Amino acid sequence: MSDLLVIGGLVKRFGGLAATDGVDLAVGEGELHALIGPNGAGKTTLISQISGTLAPDAGHIRLQGQDITRLTMHERVARGLARSFQVTSLFRGFSVRDNLALAVQARSGSSFRFFAPARNERALFEEADRLAQRVDLQDRLDTQASVLAHGEQRRLEIALALATRPRLLLLDEPLAGLGPEESARMVALIESLRADCSLLLVEHDMDAVFRLAGRISVLVAGKIIATGTPEQIRNHAEVRRAYLGDEAVGA
Amino acid sequence: MAAGTPLHHAVRWALVGPALVLLALLPVLLTAIDQPFYLVPATRILIYAIAATSLNLLVGFGGMVSFGHAAFFGTGAYVTGIAAMHGLQSAWLAWPLAMVVAGVAAFAIGLVSLRTRGVYFIMITLAFAQMMYYVFVSMKTYGGEDGLALESRSALGFGLSLKSDTTFYYVTLVLAVLSIAVLWRVVNSRFGRTLQGIRENEIRMEAVGFPVFRHKLAAFVIAGAVAGLAGALAANQTDMASPAFLNWHQSGMLLIMVILGGVHSFLGPAIGAAVLLLLEEFVGDMTTHWQFYVGAVLVAVVLFAPNGIATLAVRRSRV
Ligand SMILES: Nc1ncnc2c1ncn2[C@@H]1O[C@H](COP(=O)(O)OP(=O)(O)OP(=O)(O)O)[C@@H](O)[C@H]1O
Ligand SMILES: [Mg+2]
Repeated sequence: MSDLLVIGGLVKRFGGLAATDGVDLAVGEGELHALIGPNGAGKTTLISQISGTLAPDAGHIRLQGQDITRLTMHERVARGLARSFQVTSLFRGFSVRDNLALAVQARSGSSFRFFAPARNERALFEEADRLAQRVDLQDRLDTQASVLAHGEQRRLEIALALATRPRLLLLDEPLAGLGPEESARMVALIESLRADCSLLLVEHDMDAVFRLAGRISVLVAGKIIATGTPEQIRNHAEVRRAYLGDEAVGA
Repeated sequence: MAAGTPLHHAVRWALVGPALVLLALLPVLLTAIDQPFYLVPATRILIYAIAATSLNLLVGFGGMVSFGHAAFFGTGAYVTGIAAMHGLQSAWLAWPLAMVVAGVAAFAIGLVSLRTRGVYFIMITLAFAQMMYYVFVSMKTYGGEDGLALESRSALGFGLSLKSDTTFYYVTLVLAVLSIAVLWRVVNSRFGRTLQGIRENEIRMEAVGFPVFRHKLAAFVIAGAVAGLAGALAANQTDMASPAFLNWHQSGMLLIMVILGGVHSFLGPAIGAAVLLLLEEFVGDMTTHWQFYVGAVLVAVVLFAPNGIATLAVRRSRV
C-alpha cells in the first residue's frame, strides 16, 4: 500500500499544552484509517493541521509525496484534501441546492467570472443534484440548510466535502449527536465512500470504528500510542488501559 | 423563508421599469411644474446611489462592513480635481483615471485591512480613510483644508457641457444605470455567488476550496473603483474636491444609506440614498437639526423594517 498522507514529527502547542506532541501517522491509498482517543486527546487539532486551518509548530505533512505543511486550506483542497467539521459548518441561510452548487463551483473552473449569470450554468446544478442524491437529500434540495434535521445537516456536511472530489477525506466525528437510525445511515454512507477516496475518520462510536476501519490509530494526550488493525487495537494492553476500558472491549 | 436566501437577485421590472421611465422624464416633469432647480439634488441622489450601491457589494453581499468607503469616493474627487489642475479636462480620460486610482487605493488598503474581521475591520478601514483625509488636508498645493476648486467641469465633447444642469443630470443618470447594472451582473455571477458564500460562512468557503482572500480583495477593488467614479461626479457637481469627501462623516453617511435601504436587496442602498438626501434637502431646510430626524428614521427602520426600506415595497408588491 503506497502512502497518500504522511505526517512526521507534528507538534502543536497551545500555551503550555502540547495538543499534538510529535505525531507520526500515515494513511494509505484506498485506506479507511480511524483515529480514536479520549476527549481532549487532540484529534480535532490534528485534523485542523492536516486540513490547513491550524499551523503546526513543528513537523511536516506530505500528500502524495509533496510537502503541504505550508499550503493554505484552499490549496490543499485543490490537491484533493477535504474535511468535514465536528461542529457542522454549512451555508445555513442557503438552500441545500445552493450549498452544493457553491461547493461544486469551487472546483469547476475559476470563480473570477464577473458577468455571466451563474444561475444559467446547468452543470453546477446537475452536479449538485447528484451530490444530494448521494447523501439522500434529493427531496430537500429547496430547503434552507438551517431548518434541516440534525442528521440531514450532518449528511449535507459530508456532501459539501464530497463536492470537492477529494482523494483523502478527513471526517471529524460524523456520527456525533445522531440517533441509532441516522447513525446506521451515516455508517452506510461512509462505507460507500471507500470506493471514491481514502478516509481518515475521527469517531467515538467504537462499533462503527471497528466495523469500518482497516487500521486504527489511538491518540492519547497528543501522542499516538498505537496503530494497527482493529484486532490488534482491541487486544493492545496499553490501549485497553489508557482508553478503551476493559468492559467496552469485552463486549 | 424555508427556501433560504436566494443567491440570485432578479430584476423586479415591475418596479424598476416605471422608476427608470420616471427618472428619464424627470427634467421634463420638473420643468412642467416650474421647479427645474430640483434637478441638482436629483443628480446628487444619483451620485450617492452609485456610491452606496458599490459599498453594499462589500457590506450586503460580501459581509465586509467597511467604514472607510469615503477614501475611494474622495480619491475619485481629488483625481478629477488634480487632473483638471494639470490640464486634463476630458471626462473620457479623467473619470476612468479616477476609477483606476481609487481601485489601486482600494487594493492597497484592502491588502492590509482584509486580514482582519468584524469590529477590527470596521476600525482599520476607518483609520485608513482618516489617514487619507489628513494626507489631503496637509497638501497645500491641492488646496489643503479648503479643498481643491475645480478649474472647470470635465469636458464631454460632442457639444455637451456639464454646466447645464440637464446635461449633468442625464450624464449622471446614464452612468448610474450603467454602473448599477454592472454591479447587478457581478452579484449574480460566479464571483457574486462566491462573495455571498463568504458572507455566509468564510471557513466553509475555504474548506471547499475557494481562495477567499483574493475574492474579498477583488470585491474591495471593484467597490472602490465604482466609488471613485461617484467621487469624480461629485467633484464636478460641487466644483471642488473637498476634504469632506474623505471624512469619516462621509463613510458614515454611505453606511447609513446602505442600512436604511436594506443590505440584502440590491437596490436598497440606492433607495436609502434617495431617502437620506431627500430628508436632508427638505428637513434640512426647515431645521438645522435634520440629523436628529435622520436618527429617528433610522431607529424606525430598524424597528419596523429591519431589512431596510426596500423590503417594505417588496412585501407589498411581491412581483
Ligand atoms: N484553539 C485552542 N486554544 C487553546 N487550546 C485548545 C485549542 N483547541 C484545542 N485546545 C485544547 O487542545 C486539546 C485538544 O483538543 P481537541 O479539540 O483537538 O480534542 P479532541 O480530541 O478533538 O476532543 P473531542 O473528542 O472532545 O472532540 C484540548 O485540551 C483542548 O482544550
Ligand atoms: Mg474533536
